[in-house]
Amino acid sequence: MKKILVTLLFLLFGTVANADCNIKSGSINILANDFPALRTLVETAKECKGSADFKVTHSAEHNKIAVPALTANPSEFSVRVAANSSIVPLMNADLIRPMNDLVKKYGKGIQESQLITIDGKVMAVAFMANTQHLYVRTDVLKENGIAIPKTYEEVVAAAEKIRAAGKMKYPYAAAYKAGWNLAEEFVNMYIGHGGEFFKDGGAQPNINNAKGVATLNMLKKLADLSNPDYLTHDSEAIKVEWESGNVAIMTLWASRSGTLLDDEGDAKITAATKLVAPATVGGGNIPAATLWWDGFTLAKNRSDADAEASFRAMAHAASSKDMVAKAADQAVWLVEGFVPGPKSVGVIEAVKMGAKPYPMLPQMGLMHGALGSEIVEFLQGNESAEQALKDVEAAYITKAKEQGFL
Amino acid sequence: MPNRSFFWFFFPAGLAMILFIGLPIISTGIQSFYAQHDQILIEVKKCDPFGCKTSVVVDQEATSKIKEEKPLGKFNGFGTYIDRNHLASDQVSEFWSESKSLGEFIGKVGNLPFYKALLFTLTYCVIVTPCVLLLGFIIALSLNAISRKIRGPLIFGTILPMIVTPLVGSLVLFWMIDAEGIIGANLQILMDDPYLSVKSSKALTWITIIIYGVWHHSPFAFVVFYAALQTVPQEPLEASIIDGASRFQRVKHIVLPHIYPVVTFVALISLMDNFRVFEPIIGFSAEGSAQSLSWLIYDNLVNEEVILFGSAAATSIMTIVGISIILTPVLLRTWKEFRTNR
Repeated sequence: MKKILVTLLFLLFGTVANADCNIKSGSINILANDFPALRTLVETAKECKGSADFKVTHSAEHNKIAVPALTANPSEFSVRVAANSSIVPLMNADLIRPMNDLVKKYGKGIQESQLITIDGKVMAVAFMANTQHLYVRTDVLKENGIAIPKTYEEVVAAAEKIRAAGKMKYPYAAAYKAGWNLAEEFVNMYIGHGGEFFKDGGAQPNINNAKGVATLNMLKKLADLSNPDYLTHDSEAIKVEWESGNVAIMTLWASRSGTLLDDEGDAKITAATKLVAPATVGGGNIPAATLWWDGFTLAKNRSDADAEASFRAMAHAASSKDMVAKAADQAVWLVEGFVPGPKSVGVIEAVKMGAKPYPMLPQMGLMHGALGSEIVEFLQGNESAEQALKDVEAAYITKAKEQGFL
Repeated sequence: MPNRSFFWFFFPAGLAMILFIGLPIISTGIQSFYAQHDQILIEVKKCDPFGCKTSVVVDQEATSKIKEEKPLGKFNGFGTYIDRNHLASDQVSEFWSESKSLGEFIGKVGNLPFYKALLFTLTYCVIVTPCVLLLGFIIALSLNAISRKIRGPLIFGTILPMIVTPLVGSLVLFWMIDAEGIIGANLQILMDDPYLSVKSSKALTWITIIIYGVWHHSPFAFVVFYAALQTVPQEPLEASIIDGASRFQRVKHIVLPHIYPVVTFVALISLMDNFRVFEPIIGFSAEGSAQSLSWLIYDNLVNEEVILFGSAAATSIMTIVGISIILTPVLLRTWKEFRTNR
C-alpha cells in the first residue's frame, strides 16, 4: 500500500533510465484494450521498435480474442496488455511466460513496484492503475444545497433530492449493462460491504448472505435513480449521458476521465465536473470499489527472439518518464516520474482509503460471469434478492464443476 | 439424370459439406461428453502494485502432465447435458416434488437458464414464422397486382430489410426505442409514464425483437413467393374469372395450391433460421431480458473469461436436435407428397 502511495504522490528523482532501443530483429505484435492511455503507451513502445516488425490491435473485444489467439502456436500476438482480471485466464491456461531474465537484462527503468510476481516469477509489468469512483456536477449539487456524497447512502439521498427538485429525471448513472459491467458493479458494492466471494480460500461460493442482499438492494436503489435503460448502458453510454447533461452523480472508471473532460462537448458541463473519491457503503470504511492495474504480459508460444524484442519495446514505454510527463492527464501511471494531476484524484483517494484490488483468483471469472446474467431479474423486479443470489451460486457451481474447480 | 452423373455432380458439394459441416458437428458432439480436468491449485505469494498476499493459482506443471495424457479432458458422459445450466434433471424433479401448483413449477423451471432460453427461442419461432409467411405472401400478391412501371423500385424497397446487415438493422431500431429515441420518448408521452423503458421491460423487449424478426425475414418469403407467382398459369385464372370467382376464391383455390411446395420450402427455411435467433439479441443488448439457445452458446464461448467448451458443445448439439424435432412434421409431409406424386 505504502509503495503505491510513494509512487503516486511523490516525484521520485532518479537516474534517467532509457530502455536500450537498439532492437535488431524479431517481431512485435500487441493486443490491447482501446482507450487513450493504452494508445499512448503503444505509440511510445513503437518509438523503440528499431528494425523489428511492429503490429498492434486495439480492440474493446480484447477479452474475447486473447485466449484463442495466444493458444495458437506460434501465437498471433507476442504481447497482451492485460489487467488483474484478464491475466487470470492466461495464467490458468499457461499462455504467458515469466520474464525475470528479461527484466534483469533490459528492465533498468522499471520500478520494483510495477512487477506482478506469482511465486517469485514476473508474469506482468504494470504501468497504470485504475478504479471506479464518483464524478459529480458541482453546479447541480450547489444549486440544491447538497454536499459532495461520501457514501452510497448519501448518493441515493442526493439523487432523490435532485429528482424531487425537478432538475433531472435520472440523476445517477453507472455502467449497469447486463453481463460483465453489471457484475463488476456487484463486485465493487459487495467488497464495500466487506463481503468475501469464496468460503475460506476455497472455490465454494459465499455470496448468498446478508451482505449479498444488502449489495443487491443498494444496486436496485441506484438503478431506480438511473435512466430506465440502464441494463443496456456500458461505460461509453453513461459517458454520453453525462456529456448531454442528464446526470449529476456517476460512478465511472478513472481511465475514462480523459475523453470525458476533453474539449469536445459542452464547456459548462466539463467545467462543473469534479472527480472525487469512491463512495463507501453500509457504514464500511473501505470504498465500494476495486483497484486495477493494467500491464503487459508476454505470450509463451512465441520465439525467444520475439519475446525479447517485445519486452524491450514495452519496457521502454513502461519506464518512459517522457511519456508520463506528456500524458499525465490520461491515466494514473505507475511509472517513475509521474506527477498526479486532478484527474488522478479517484485512484489516489481509493488507495488512501484502503480499497482492495480486484480478486486475482483462477475461478473469479466464472463467478463474474454468473453474476452478470443472474442478478438481472432481481433488478427488473421479477425475483427476490435471495432467489437471485441462490441462482448465482447455482450457476457458478455448475460452471465450476465443469471447469474442475469443485 | 443417371445416378452416376448425379454422384459426380454432387461430389464436390458433398465433400465440402462433410469437411466443413459434418466433421465439426461430430467433433462438437465428442467435446460435449468431456469436462475439464480437476484443477490442481497451489498457494503462492502474489505481488502487484497494491501489495502482496498469499493466494491460489493453477499448478501448471501438474496440469500440463495430465493434459498431455488426456488432452480432451475428463470424460463426463451426459453430465454436462443434465447439469443445471442445461436440462437440469435434478432441479426439475426437485421442483416437481416441492411445487404446490403447476404454475409454481413452470415458474421455477422457467428460471433455469436453458429453459429460459428455450422458451424465448420457441416463442420467437412460433410467432415470427407464420407472420413472415403471411406478410411475405400478402406483399407478393399486392406487388404482383401493381402496374409494371413502378414495380421495380417497389420490389427494391421491399427487400431492403434483407439487404441491411442484421446488426445495423437492429441497432437502428435499438436507438429509436431508447428512452430518448423517437419511439421510446413518444411511448413515454403516450403512456404518461416518464420511467417507461422499452429496453428494460421484458415483455416490450420480446415484442421489439419479434417485430424486428418479422421485418427482417419477410422480404425473403416475399422474394420466393413473388417468383412462384410468376409461374401460376393464366388459363385457370381466366376460367375462374369467367365462372365468377372472387379474388379471394381465386387465391385460395388456384394460386395457393399451385405454390404450395414453395410455401413448405419457405416455412422450413424460416423455422430453421428463427430457431437460431441470435443477432437481434446482441444488436438490442437484450441479454438481460431475452436469451436464445444460440446466445447461450455464444455466452459460454466468449462472454466469460474462462471458455466453457463442454457447455457450448452440449448446447449446440441440443440446438441441432431441437431443429430436427421442429422440422420433422414438415419433412414428413414433404416426403409423403413426394411418394404420392410418384
